[in-house]
Amino acid sequence: MLVLTAIAVVRMRSLFAIAMLSGVFSLLSALLFVTLDAVDVAFTEAAVGAGISTVLVLGTLALTSRFEKPTKRSPVLPLFVVFVTGAALIYGTLDMPNFGSPEAPAQMHVGPDYLEDSVHEINIPNVVTSILASYRGYDTLGETAVVFTAGIGVLLLLSGLRRRRRDDEEDESEEV
Amino acid sequence: MGFELTQEYILGHLNYWLFSVLMMTGLYIVVAKGNLVKKIVGLNIFQTSVFMLYISMGKVTDGTAPIFPLDMDVDPDVIYSNPLPHVLILTAIVVGVATTALGLALIVRIQEEFNTIEEDDILKIERAIVQTENAIHGDAMGGRA
Amino acid sequence: MRHHLILRVITKLLVGAIMLFAFYVQFHGDFSPGGGFQAGVIMAVAFILYGLVFSLHNVQQVFPPWLVHKLVALGVLIYAGTGIVSLFLGYSFLDYGAFTPDHPSHGQHYGIFAVELGVGITVTAVMVAIYYAFAGRPPRLSDEEW
Repeated sequence: MLVLTAIAVVRMRSLFAIAMLSGVFSLLSALLFVTLDAVDVAFTEAAVGAGISTVLVLGTLALTSRFEKPTKRSPVLPLFVVFVTGAALIYGTLDMPNFGSPEAPAQMHVGPDYLEDSVHEINIPNVVTSILASYRGYDTLGETAVVFTAGIGVLLLLSGLRRRRRDDEEDESEEV
Repeated sequence: MGFELTQEYILGHLNYWLFSVLMMTGLYIVVAKGNLVKKIVGLNIFQTSVFMLYISMGKVTDGTAPIFPLDMDVDPDVIYSNPLPHVLILTAIVVGVATTALGLALIVRIQEEFNTIEEDDILKIERAIVQTENAIHGDAMGGRA
Repeated sequence: MRHHLILRVITKLLVGAIMLFAFYVQFHGDFSPGGGFQAGVIMAVAFILYGLVFSLHNVQQVFPPWLVHKLVALGVLIYAGTGIVSLFLGYSFLDYGAFTPDHPSHGQHYGIFAVELGVGITVTAVMVAIYYAFAGRPPRLSDEEW
């Protein structure tokens, strides 16, 4: 299903349909996250991918154009690049542990420690929250700062011109 | 390499291969398509497939979501999936949408500046600008510009 | 959007429920799936939905842009401030045990609460600010062209 949606995105010309399909893609991947036990992630993906991203892409389309122009470039070189990269990636996965294997290196070190220590050190049921906010508080602080910076960047890019264009209306929103 | 192509091996690696295919679909959109909005959507597909790769690494067979019972009476026999990838990806998704918004904002500015969001057209316009500037300043710099 | 009666009525009903759900996700995040990031996004969705169905002007009367821009910074300040407070109490940065030295796991609860609040405020404000920035531009396509 996911692959079908992705291929549909490749084939489509109408950007509106692409925006909708990317929302569908996000919802499908949220379902996949639920089956992989990552309920928090699925929650975020559903809210962000299907909600906010779609609105943002649609907002951009309203400001730009609705259709993609057919490109004249030949798809041979990109296809070649993609196949070589894909082959390298799949070659890289050959040494990976089996899916769901409890002996995988990823399950051996910090993961179980967090699960065990969190019970008496943090004492809240949702281990994801306890790692997010406490064990890895630095990471989360950094990520909040990234979100903050991206927001400032968007404001710098998009609200400067508006002020110039509507100088006469600038009475109640000086701080924009 | 020392591996055999058994059924168990294939089933155990099918998830990685599926995510690689998805990742390459996203990469193809980014590389081959000229429309900037479509490139961003392709980048999103690429990003989501990386997320899936991480989450699938954290899955343990017969495991359940890493949330303890409300009374904190943890049963040692219950297997929980690894919560660490969940944390990393959870924050990455929100950061991802913020950076996507930044990219879309850049596209909007490009549209206002060049009146197109097709890569080929933008290149053409930029080349024309460079040529006119060379024509103006070329003589002043001794023909070296 | 003058004519969409059903959309307008449903939106009025839904916005309150969405906000309530956002608060639930924010403050119940310790016990069930959820937390600052998700709650922030859901909260922002409530404002964005209101802005889409009614108008940008209406939603900006409820949640004015200057307030949004202040909140963007306030969230990060709460987060970093929590770390600084624990620093001043003689513990390391972001060590929440500092808040109740005789019962470390309670301190962790307070710390996580404050930090998640900061995250939630920043994410809400950034998403709403981004939406305002996009929607505040004069569109090139009219409603009929879609």
